[in-house]
Amino acid sequence: MTVEAAFFEDLEIAPDATTPRKGKRRFLFMRNAKALTGLVILGFFFLIAIIGPWIAPYDPNERSSAILQSPSWQHLMGTTHQGQDVMSQLILGTRSVLVVGFVAGTVATVIGVIVGVTAGYIGGVGDESLSALSNVFLVIPQLPLIIIIAGQLPSAGGLTVALVIAFTGWAWGARVLRAQTLSLRKRDFVEAARANGESTWRIISAEILPNLTAIIAAGFVGTVGFAVLSQITLSFVGITPTNEWNWGTVLYWAQAQLALQRGAWWWFVPAGLLIALLGMALTLINFGIDEFVNPRLRSVGINARSMRKRKIRPRIGFTPVVYEAKEDRA
Amino acid sequence: MRFFTRRIVFYAITAWAAITINFFIPRIMPGDPVSALIAKNQGRISPDAAEALRALFGLDENMSLWDQYVAYWKLLLQGDLGTSFTYMAPVADVIQQALPWTIGLVGVATIISFTIGTLVGTGIGWRRGTWMDGLLPLSTFFSAVPYFWLALIAISLFSVTLGWFPASGSYDRSMVPTLSWEFIGSVIYYGFLPAMTIVVSSIAGWMLGMRNMMVTVSSEDYVTVAQAKGLKERTVMMGYAARNAILPQVSSFALSLGFIVGGTLVMEIVFSYQGIGYYLFSAVNAKDYPLMQGCFLVITFAVLLANMAADVAYGVLDPRTRQEG
Amino acid sequence: MSNSAVSTQRAFRANAAATDPVLEIKNLSVDYGYDEDPTHVLRQVSLTLNRGEVLGLAGESGCGKSTLAYAATRLLPPPGLITGGEVIFTDRGGQQTDILTLSDADLRATRWQDLAIVFQGAMNSLNPVYRIGRQIADAIRAHLPGVTKKEALERAAGMLELVGISADRLRDYPHQLSGGMRQRVMIAMALALDPQVLIMDEPTTALDVVMQRQIVEQIAELRDRLGFSVIFITHDVSLLIEIADRIAIMYAGEIVEDASAQDMYRRPRHPYSDALLHSFPPLRGPRRELTGIPGSPPDLSNLPSGCPYRDRCAFVFDACSAITPELVAPAVEGDDPRRSVACLRHDPAAVAAAGFEPQPVPVELSVR
Repeated sequence: MTVEAAFFEDLEIAPDATTPRKGKRRFLFMRNAKALTGLVILGFFFLIAIIGPWIAPYDPNERSSAILQSPSWQHLMGTTHQGQDVMSQLILGTRSVLVVGFVAGTVATVIGVIVGVTAGYIGGVGDESLSALSNVFLVIPQLPLIIIIAGQLPSAGGLTVALVIAFTGWAWGARVLRAQTLSLRKRDFVEAARANGESTWRIISAEILPNLTAIIAAGFVGTVGFAVLSQITLSFVGITPTNEWNWGTVLYWAQAQLALQRGAWWWFVPAGLLIALLGMALTLINFGIDEFVNPRLRSVGINARSMRKRKIRPRIGFTPVVYEAKEDRA
Repeated sequence: MRFFTRRIVFYAITAWAAITINFFIPRIMPGDPVSALIAKNQGRISPDAAEALRALFGLDENMSLWDQYVAYWKLLLQGDLGTSFTYMAPVADVIQQALPWTIGLVGVATIISFTIGTLVGTGIGWRRGTWMDGLLPLSTFFSAVPYFWLALIAISLFSVTLGWFPASGSYDRSMVPTLSWEFIGSVIYYGFLPAMTIVVSSIAGWMLGMRNMMVTVSSEDYVTVAQAKGLKERTVMMGYAARNAILPQVSSFALSLGFIVGGTLVMEIVFSYQGIGYYLFSAVNAKDYPLMQGCFLVITFAVLLANMAADVAYGVLDPRTRQEG
Repeated sequence: MSNSAVSTQRAFRANAAATDPVLEIKNLSVDYGYDEDPTHVLRQVSLTLNRGEVLGLAGESGCGKSTLAYAATRLLPPPGLITGGEVIFTDRGGQQTDILTLSDADLRATRWQDLAIVFQGAMNSLNPVYRIGRQIADAIRAHLPGVTKKEALERAAGMLELVGISADRLRDYPHQLSGGMRQRVMIAMALALDPQVLIMDEPTTALDVVMQRQIVEQIAELRDRLGFSVIFITHDVSLLIEIADRIAIMYAGEIVEDASAQDMYRRPRHPYSDALLHSFPPLRGPRRELTGIPGSPPDLSNLPSGCPYRDRCAFVFDACSAITPELVAPAVEGDDPRRSVACLRHDPAAVAAAGFEPQPVPVELSVR
């Protein structure tokens, strides 16, 4: 969450980030290479989640005599202690990872928007108490909280876990949205709408929410990442049912069946790489939003090589000097 | 001093909230697993302990919710967190012997990680367009993988394959825990791999956060003024840019502590490190509800204390928090 | 107008120096952007600051006046890039150095010692986490290594008193000071090492009118006492007429007119200077009609050929779109030969050389 932390801090010091200007900006975001890469990877995972059951080479539960096989043409990612195909388990586990991640992300974002925007807009005692509430949820360690809740539920299946994660993980978004709403509320166009006697609901939906889009999106992406990690962690420690496939369950079985000691690296390495890939995709999307909102973070200049060739090193306080200007005038 | 007063009030509220959440969770959950466990363990736990468990988990149907709450607080104030079913000992005792291990491991590793990450981030943010920028994609990777997976990789690489470090435990079990150099050496030897794993997996976040703050702060006027004054590069970088960039870094440290602690607790399982995370998860798997609840409370309080420390640090670093009014 | 303003002006005039350059900017060019298609924000700008002189630099926002100051001191932030020119500094002993070719270490040594700057936003110019005394003292100690912390703080206290702030404010943090006080602290800091050149970038813009006046008077008085030269950057030409010895007007990254303050005020020769003077109420003298300047400054990233002002100019003629005007002596008889103007109405030779019919200088631009 520290990456998101830095991210949100940046948003707070860039108040001009949300000046109302649409149309062209959306297009610009899509042109951002980082965001585009992230979206492509995410799209790939979605595709796998949808068509998984048709492309998985084996039934992930099917046992075979090929026990603990290293990767081969029959089993591209090897087999488990019961001869199950690891790749099929990972492919079929993708859906659960994405569903839990996005359900939790959506619910948490909705709660965050409601709490954050309300707190920022109404101000006063209401704001104080809502902020205190979200700060309390921020400070209480989420994973142990999720664990004691999920651990006491009779069955902690996918959707239950998603909801538990959402109800404990909305505070980040709420905090940032509150700060931003607070600053938006004092802007001229909101003051003008209020002076015109527009209803509070209309001001929030037509004037404030559209200008929070980037922050809401960033918060959503961050929460999805957090939810994915939480769910995988819960599965890894065996709190969710161990027969429901997701990447965490694969790791649970690998750890429980001593894959480490047996040297069965193919059992636990691919799952972690997939988690990393998904996490990086989400981070890249957030970088894209981040650079799009806070231009100061953009890498200065476009072509690093040509800069090196021209001996330009961008520095604060020492403007680079190159003697290339055409002496076309006296 | 208004800043500190506000923070103290906030921590009091948070502590109260954590305790209250802890009170309600078992009461709103469907089913009643604890009575069954008490019945099953009849004879093994004393009637007094059973009574305390009933109060903690709200099993006494005749009591109003408020009376239950009062009884619950009374027990907590006496330091009674109930009796663990798995260890047949007071939860407080189990936690007491686990806590120092976690605080030692997670505390030291987090401080190392924060310090190094912040320093490296300062460098990367200050000198953009150097080879150090190459560290950024790498740090993105490390902030995207779960801690426990890195722990798995670390064990398979350094313990199983290379045999450099032990794969589990917190000290050589053949030793008697004493304050001898030999024992301390063993603790460091056993703790090295888990600590390194925590450092490697969390350092990226600090680096990236500090880098972004340095970039933002570098374009502030006072940094340009510092350069215009002809101060040494080091003074400008550390005294002017980093000195201000560290402020949001400290507040994000406070806010992400809960997350880091959560991640490191899972690592204790992988390393079978006898800290509080290990007990929390074994309690979850053994359905040892009193131990589970107790671990949550203690972890929350530890995080709150760390947060207060970060707040004090922030107050010392930023004169604006100290102003009157 | 108040007496103090008059005396201020008199003080400045009395000190007006002979032509003894302390800072010469020659053909300075600056780009924004490191890619293939940068914006040329400064194109071959030359400007000379004489010793003891207050040089005013004026123009609309975005004309490059601040860029000029920052580029001359190499403080322009990324993606600024100096693409050519020289900035020659002459010290009291007559030794000349080109600031653009200095090594980092030499540049650091020159800064503040020879050339100090007061930045636009005093609000953000001070490090919020250090006491102001420390911030003044660290500038002193960076250049005078023998000075102890205590001595530096004593000197800082003296500087604060010089700008009318009591010495016990040394232990204050910036957030404890008002906007006007912060700007005074910045001035005290800038003068701490007795620099020869002081660049002031819109030092009074963020302040109210009373504070503005106080600060301007203070600068005038200090200049008298300490004898430094000033480049005073502002969009407020009427303020410059009050305090500057000489005024240069910038437009679209170029200097279009350079003349003594009196000449600029009474006898502007460039159509833009003329228009700019009419867009501010004069502080003294008879009432004049205020007129805005129609149109807006050109897009620097897409500058048309010819005179950049021609689309807004009342005296435009056919040659203006073909020839880029250069700074020449105005074609008005009896004008000070040291003044210059970049307008084709004053440069019949260039117009004729390009095969166009030279046009006479209009009456509005040849006031005696």
